[in-house]
Formats: sequence, C-alpha cells, structure tokens
Amino acid sequence: MKKKAVFIYADAYLSYHFNEEHPFNQKRVLLTKELLEFSNSLSEEDIIPPRLASEEEIALLHDEDYIEAVKRAGEGKLSIEKGLQFGLGTDDTPIFPNMHEASSMIVGGSLTAVDAVLTGEADHALNLGGGLHHGFKRKASGFCIYNDGAIAIKYIREKYNLKVLYVDTDAHHGDGVQWAFYDDPNVCTFSIHETGRYLFPGTGYVNERGMRSGYGYSFNLPIDAFTQDESFLELYETALREIVHYFQPDVIVSQNGADAHMFDPLTHLCGSMKIYERIPELAHELAHEYCDGRWIGLGGGGYDIWRVVPRAWGQIWNVMKTDTVAVGPLPKQFLEKWQKEAPSALPAEWQDNEADFPVIPRKADIEEKNRILLQQLLNIIQI
Amino acid sequence: MLVEEIMKTDCITLPPNATIKEALHLLQEHRIRHIPIVDDHYRVIGIVSDRDVRDASPSILLKEPNEDDLLNEIHTIMSSPVLTVHPLDFVEEIAKVFYENEIACLPVVQHDRLVGIVTEKDMLYTLIQLTGTHVQSSLIEVKVPDIPGELPKVTSIISKRNLNIVSVLIYPYKNDPNYKIIVLRIRTMNPTPVIQDLRQAGYKLLWPNNIPEPKI
Repeated sequence: MKKKAVFIYADAYLSYHFNEEHPFNQKRVLLTKELLEFSNSLSEEDIIPPRLASEEEIALLHDEDYIEAVKRAGEGKLSIEKGLQFGLGTDDTPIFPNMHEASSMIVGGSLTAVDAVLTGEADHALNLGGGLHHGFKRKASGFCIYNDGAIAIKYIREKYNLKVLYVDTDAHHGDGVQWAFYDDPNVCTFSIHETGRYLFPGTGYVNERGMRSGYGYSFNLPIDAFTQDESFLELYETALREIVHYFQPDVIVSQNGADAHMFDPLTHLCGSMKIYERIPELAHELAHEYCDGRWIGLGGGGYDIWRVVPRAWGQIWNVMKTDTVAVGPLPKQFLEKWQKEAPSALPAEWQDNEADFPVIPRKADIEEKNRILLQQLLNIIQI
Repeated sequence: MLVEEIMKTDCITLPPNATIKEALHLLQEHRIRHIPIVDDHYRVIGIVSDRDVRDASPSILLKEPNEDDLLNEIHTIMSSPVLTVHPLDFVEEIAKVFYENEIACLPVVQHDRLVGIVTEKDMLYTLIQLTGTHVQSSLIEVKVPDIPGELPKVTSIISKRNLNIVSVLIYPYKNDPNYKIIVLRIRTMNPTPVIQDLRQAGYKLLWPNNIPEPKI
C-alpha cells in the first residue's frame, strides 16, 4: 500500500560536522527524530536510510574538479590555496575528515526522498539532513558543500522529466538553487528570506527574475528585518498560491530552513512557531491540489537547534504523516532526555507563548514595505 | 578604476550625412539612446540622442504624418560640440561630468578618434559592483570617530577571525563631522563572533546589529 510519507534518516547524518564551535549542527536532525518518536508520530517503518549519492549524480550540478577537491580535502590532501579557490577551508565551510562521504550521504538522502515519491512508494518524503542551498557548481559556501536540493531537482528533470517548483523558506536567500536553474523554464524557484541588505548572501532581490527562457520562473521576497508572523504569512501564502497557480508544477520540493524564528542567532527575522506550522500545511495542501500529493521536504538552516528546529521540523512530518500539526505539551521523555544537554530551557509545548514575543516599534512600517514588495513580485504574473 | 575598464568598445555610429530615419532605426534595433556622429577619420563631430530624433519625428497624433522630415540628414539635428572623456580618466571623475552636465552618455576619445562609449547605465552598474552587493557576504556598519587609525583597528579585528572582506565603504555619519560609518561586506554567513569582538572593542554597530543578544 502506498504510504503517506517516509522519513529519510541515518545516524551518519551527524558526521556532516565542521567543528564544535560551528553554528551548523546536524544534531538537530536527531533531536527532531527523537521528538517525533517520543510523540508516537514517527515509527520504525516510516524511516528509510539514505543511500550514498554517486559521483555522477553529484556531477549533475557540481564540476568534477570541485568534487575531486572535496574528496582530497576530506583525506587531508588539499593545499590551503587550492581549497580556498573552492571555498573549502574557510570559516563557513571548514575542512573536516571524510567530508565528501558525509556530504554524499546528504545528497543521497535527497535522492532517496525523490525516488520514494516519484516511484509511488509514498506521497511525501522528508530529508531533514538536506536543503544545503548555498552550494555552488564549483564552490562551497554558507555551511554547504554539495547542494543536495539542486542535485535532486536536476535528477528529477533527468530521470522523471517533471516540472519542479522549489520553495525556500530559509531566512537566507536560496542562491545556489536559484542560480542553478536561472535559465530553466521547467524549474521555478521561489525564496522568501530576510533582505540581503545586512544578511548573507546579500542577493535575492525582487528583480531577480531569471534569464533567457527561464525569465519569469525565479521569484524572491526579501522581507524586512524584524518581520513577524502576520506579515510573513500574508506575503508567503499570497505569493505561493499565485506562483503555484501560474507555474502548475508536477512536484514540489521545499527547503525548510528554520532560521526565521525570533530565537535564531544568525538572522534578524522575528517569526514564531506559527510560521512553521503554516509552511508545511500550505505545501501539503498545494501538493495535493496541483501535484497529486508529490512533495519532497528538505531541511536547511536553523541555528537554535534546541528551542526552535526540532519543533519546526517536527511539524513538517506531523503534517506529512497525519495531515495536521501537533498541539500541546512536548513529550516528557524528550525533555527529560535532552534538557541536561541544552544550554537554555527547552520549550514545554509545540506552540510558542505569545507573551515571549516583543512588540516591534517599526511593525507598521515593516508591514507596509513588505506589502509593496509583494505587489512588485506578483506584477509579472497578474497582468 | 579607469574609464577604459568600463567603456563599451563596440560603438554604434553614423556619418553626418545619414538620414534621421536611419538613426531612428539604429536606436530601435540596438535598444540604445545615443549615437555618436563620426567623420571619415572616426572623429566625433556630434551626438544624437533618442530625444533629438523623437523631436524631429512627426507626432503620433497626426492623422497623416509626413515622413519626409525623417529624410533630413542627421547633422541637421545633432548636438555639437560634444563633451568627451579619455580612456585613462578616472570613473569617479566622469561621474561628476555626468552629474554636472546632466547628460547620459559620454563618447571616449583617444588620439582624436572614438574608441568607446560610457553611458550613465554603465556608470551605475560600476558603482553597484564597487559596493560589493553582488558577492555573497554579510554587511556590518560600524560607527567610528573621524580620526586616523580607526579603519586598520576595525579591519584587524576582522582579520583575527580569518574573514575575507569583500568591500569597504566609508561615509559621513549623518550631519556629525566627528564620526564616520565604515560599511564592511564580509564573506561569511556567521558574522556573530566578529560582531561580538567589535562590540567588545567598544565599537558601536548600526542597526540591526546594534541590538545585543537575544535579538530584541
């Protein structure tokens, strides 16, 4: 019988590990998995282990000499100068042992997710280890080595020949995936993120529309710093519905960075758990309306790995598996097991407490600016 | 940066005896707004803008436009003499020429021959490149006293973190001549440690990085 959803996971995901001080920490995937297991919404038969992506598959996006450099770096055989040419050995993407294998496992996980959905094994698949959207053709950047999302989309195009909508809700612009398909009319990319005025990578302007035959298939909403739930969701939902209707995708690939939350240390957005409930609900609804359910969810950023990411990502799975988000208290066993390791008090409930959220003095201005942005975004498809 | 680094060298030109109609055609075909008029020795003797050509064209409101006007020779409507620049001029200097003369195009002339063209669009594009906004980076604005030695202090804090600076701009702080703002684009997705270092060194950062953790 066709499953509703599959969860791609192996402990090997934790080997994608730069160093102890680095903000990117894959322990959040394990935390999410355990949160879901203790909540009884994830069980053994839902989980598929990722396969290793082959070098040919990685080469669907990346140059062979880049892959070679990553391999050599992981073996400790790459010179510093050579590494820097490929963005390897920087503060953002330091070299670590066996980095090629660890990164190939993440790419393989996204390909496993694609195959599970497109061979009809399941309606939806979730690979929270993936979503590394800053990886470029021949450059590592922004904590990303191989761009599993872009490779997965290339793989879908090649093997299944379907029209792909890529939706990126990470607080950083999904630049690597956007540029990989900038001239491709069969892959539509939509990224909502904090404006690049201050935040990495700086791109993702509303006027980045694609080029040549891909013109009109790249969408960006660079929202203001300190945007909160209402404005985020107003823009996101309106834009996503319009874009899906306009593009008529066959499959949706979502990148679910969870760094637009107020607690996230790297960004200036001020969302709460509400956006992380609505994002998967919308993807789910639209996948069923337009794509016969075909939806592949990936992870992404998310740097408060204790208070934000497990709940935000847990809700994606809850929606995939049970059609609805979880409410109420988090399972006791989860809190008991992990609280001692966490640097701050773990939240007691799936939902945030509204009283914890500040009143932003510029709220009205932010909302006005964001609305103008939405109009600019949509004028191309609302003629 | 020099003009020769940003100028276009494949210039679209016309001889003085070409017709206005030819000019109109060239402007539309190449989607350009200016045509230098050159003689047999490629000397710039005039320039024609799309506005000059439009002024010489029959009104679109006329029921039976008389196209004969378009057969006049182009030198009858060209502007002359022409302001030109040299390939070794500084981009910053010619920005002033654009601004002060309220023009949108400058032919580049060397040894009395046309060698290139710079438009205000090229100029604007160059300025965008100079700010570094097209390169992956995070932006930090630091308020510093306007005294010698502040820039190296700030940049050495950044280099201690082994971070690459993509671009640096310095501009005055509002109307207070005692302070400057240093705008730094740094090649990292995680500027938090360096932001903390700068704060610890006593520097004031501008919004949104002026807010200590947690975010609000």
